[in-house]
Amino acid sequence: MTVFAQNNIEMATGLRSSGKIYVVVLVVLTIFVVLGIFLFMLDRRIKKLEK
Amino acid sequence: MKKSWWKILGLLLVAASIVAGFLGPVPALFLLHETIRNVYFHVPMWSVMFTLYLISVIYSIRYLNSARVNDDLIAVEAVNTGIVFCIIGLVTGMQWANITWGDPWPNDPKTNGSAIATLMYLAYLVLRNALEEEQKRAKISAIYNIFAFPIMIVLMYIMPKMTDSLHPGSGGNSTFGDLDMDNQMRLVFYTAVIGWILLGIWICTLRYRVRLLENKRNLID
Repeated sequence: MTVFAQNNIEMATGLRSSGKIYVVVLVVLTIFVVLGIFLFMLDRRIKKLEK
Repeated sequence: MKKSWWKILGLLLVAASIVAGFLGPVPALFLLHETIRNVYFHVPMWSVMFTLYLISVIYSIRYLNSARVNDDLIAVEAVNTGIVFCIIGLVTGMQWANITWGDPWPNDPKTNGSAIATLMYLAYLVLRNALEEEQKRAKISAIYNIFAFPIMIVLMYIMPKMTDSLHPGSGGNSTFGDLDMDNQMRLVFYTAVIGWILLGIWICTLRYRVRLLENKRNLID
């Protein structure tokens, strides 16, 4: 079972070796960072209202 | 800025888990293939939900002792935020199950349990809306919350372990910890879990602060 698992299972190694998976990582990371900045802006607006 | 270090930490941890989650090494497994990486993204949603429901029940108990309105408000907003993460967890689970198990809803005990738990917490919110008087609402919903929390744990974490669930760690199924010999997945997984929990708590505090402002305005009106 373990030998089978190591040899025959198709993984995305080809996609990664061609380097293009990094594009996807970059996109997801960008989305996440923008959402984070958005949360910080929301935090600041609420802070202003509290004063 | 001093008080927001944990918010930045949360963002950094999740960002790190995204990079490591896509690019890090994972064991090649039958059926799972690359979808094993979902453990970094799907499972933390449930950890956040669990943490927020725990916060909620703690503040419900505190409310019953203190009768402070703010304790009740934290309890509600924790459930409000927890339900969002729960819905994200259900949807991502269905997307993954459709490919891996061949059915978005394979009547798995854990899936069914979490659906019932979600309904239970939705009922909590409905119950609150149904009660007009503020103190009565806070008190009854706090007691309901204290009952709902242990039932949620039984439905989502105990029952699936006792029956044949398709989920890892249930019915003799292995968890990723058994397969991940060098503990590389574990590191990324815990990074993701802690990061998402911090973000979940942050969103919850934002909701709570807005709720406080609304309350203040209602008192002035």
